[in-house]
Amino acid sequence: MRSSKVKALAVVAAALGILVTVPAQAGKTLDGIKARGQVVCGVNTGLAGFGAADSSGKWGGLDVDMCRAMAAATLGDAEKVKYVPLNAQQRFTALQSGEVDVLSRNTTFTLTRDASLGLNSTMVTYYDGQGFMVPAKSKIKSAKQLKGQTVCVQSGTTTEKNLTDYSKANGLNIKPVVFEKLEAAENAYFTGRCIAYTTDASGLASTRNKVAKDPKDHVILPELISKEPLGPMVRRGDDEWFAIVKWTIYGLIEAEEYGINQANVDALKATSKDPVVQRILGTSEDTGKLLGLSKDWMANAIKATGNYGEIFERNVGPKSPLGLPRGLNNQWNKGGLMYAYPVR
Amino acid sequence: MTSNTPPKKNNWSWRSQAFRGLIYQVIAIAAIAGVVWFLAHNTLTNMRVRGIQSGFDFLSQAAGFDIGESLYPFDSAQPYWQAFLVGVTNTLRVAVLGIILATVLGTLLGVGRFSRNALVRGLCLSYVEAFRNIPVLLQLLLWYVILTEVLPASSEAWVLGPLFLSKGGLNFPIPVWGTGQLWAAYGLLPGLLLGWAYRQWAVKQFEATGKAGSMVILPALIVLLASVAGWALGGAPTEFNRPFKGDFSIENGGALTPEFLAVLMGLTLYTASFIAEVVRGGIASVARGQGEAASALGLNKAQEMRLVMLPQALRVIIPPLTNQYLNLTKNSSLAVAIGYPDVVSIANTALNQTGRAVECISIVMLVYLSTSLGTALLMNWYNSRSAIKER
Repeated sequence: MRSSKVKALAVVAAALGILVTVPAQAGKTLDGIKARGQVVCGVNTGLAGFGAADSSGKWGGLDVDMCRAMAAATLGDAEKVKYVPLNAQQRFTALQSGEVDVLSRNTTFTLTRDASLGLNSTMVTYYDGQGFMVPAKSKIKSAKQLKGQTVCVQSGTTTEKNLTDYSKANGLNIKPVVFEKLEAAENAYFTGRCIAYTTDASGLASTRNKVAKDPKDHVILPELISKEPLGPMVRRGDDEWFAIVKWTIYGLIEAEEYGINQANVDALKATSKDPVVQRILGTSEDTGKLLGLSKDWMANAIKATGNYGEIFERNVGPKSPLGLPRGLNNQWNKGGLMYAYPVR
Repeated sequence: MTSNTPPKKNNWSWRSQAFRGLIYQVIAIAAIAGVVWFLAHNTLTNMRVRGIQSGFDFLSQAAGFDIGESLYPFDSAQPYWQAFLVGVTNTLRVAVLGIILATVLGTLLGVGRFSRNALVRGLCLSYVEAFRNIPVLLQLLLWYVILTEVLPASSEAWVLGPLFLSKGGLNFPIPVWGTGQLWAAYGLLPGLLLGWAYRQWAVKQFEATGKAGSMVILPALIVLLASVAGWALGGAPTEFNRPFKGDFSIENGGALTPEFLAVLMGLTLYTASFIAEVVRGGIASVARGQGEAASALGLNKAQEMRLVMLPQALRVIIPPLTNQYLNLTKNSSLAVAIGYPDVVSIANTALNQTGRAVECISIVMLVYLSTSLGTALLMNWYNSRSAIKER
């Protein structure tokens, strides 16, 4: 139980980090990564499907795969990632102070975060919305029935404000019980302290699947009360690294659009005559050079993690334990919002 | 020129100890000021270079989040500084109540260590050893788990007379305030005067004749009777806002949340074990002969403790007791682990909504520093009052 104290110390230490470190300079992040041979990636402390370590200590999840893809693109090896598990409160300070190179931790892009924290939002890797989970036996069918009820929520998230906005707009007078740690908020809900638990719908599915004794005992209410575009963030002032993170994600999405996957990437690299595929895989134009990377940067990333669709299916898709529908996260030409800028 | 007197020592010489001391102090102060300036300047520069906005201007913006429990109504449209104020009052509420309860419990336990009854002695000893040796965060989590895990859901709340006890916390009836209750206050005023006058008279009587009348119970009774009389004059209002079972939770009445109860219990029980040791040490420091002298004068055991031992022990007790009060106040920051909206919890939320990490952490530090200094000042004043008057 010392861990919470340790984490509190870590926040203070990270804040103090700003006090003494010298200003970072543009272009330094990639140099640092190459010098130490590792991408340092801030991830969730444990959110199954997005960022969580398994029983053997191996990290996995959609956010984690983004880190692996970045490591494969920059260093040619997806294993060269150092994972730093971060609390909701620690994450921005850790990125600001240079403790991590990139924050890939189901983080919502908002104006405040983009404009006042000295950070840049890259590209959305998961379109989400905030929802509610209640016990099935409570017979609550709609979030509007939560009048005057207690709702458990984790602090340091956009969730708190959304909950207040929704409560106010609908005159619900919801009482939030705010916990510092994800695990504490989940626990309080499962012991029955709160009638409902609220977070992003993907987080609800993850919690229901991983933490509930029987997932069938809990229902996720139909209302989604907010827009939550989640994706990796980087520090401001290093446009080169910003571009690498952004284009790695675009590359993974475009790879799906053009049918390049983990299994056929090598074959396509050798045989494909499609100019778009050739460009993505670096067999014709050298797009990697423009980013300061090797020619086959995208091929390495796809080989390591698969394209965006494969990453989605493996970690959170309908056949995974989380069983989330593709929905908004489908390709733009299949009714979703995933529209990659062209790699060329 | 010849003179018998030795030349006057030059005070501005390096050989003067006082002068050297002054120089060292100036250097030390300049070094500290330099470090502070460097840290502040570097922080501001770094934050500006990285495009991180800073400053305390956010305090006047609308907070935009709700707070689960507060002593007075708080709306999300109110500014951040008022949200912080709610956090501070929540911290103080748990700290003040905790200090009072821990002092009472700790004194009883400490005195119990001197009991002639072996069972009482043993119980007090085992309490102290058990509670002071378990980390306080664990105790808070334990009480919270007990309160939320063991208690029934709100729909099956335990009914204890007018009280409801459930996972939702403790719900109790509160009087509906009207002019009737004001009359009780009107009664209280003359009651206090009358009680005080009677006590003065009883003390004088005791000093003059040696006959000990009732000096505590009777004055207290006078105060109570006067307020009851005032309340009766005001029409004896008995209307209560009673809690009742709603669809999903207990509604109406007053409520103490499980978070508050767990923090209060955890801090009280933990700190009481330390206070018990402080009290025991204080009593043990009073010379044995004092107790024997009291017995020789014919005082019974309780009088001996109350009139002879405790007043002398106080001067030893108060300084370490102050430490315990400060510890309790600072430990209340652990409440964030179990979801009690204290000032740390509010600062966490504010920090994340605004990204002003350095500012929010400074505010929290300032709050704890000023409450701690305030407590210390108060206790020092009390200490100088209760110190033995040397005659």
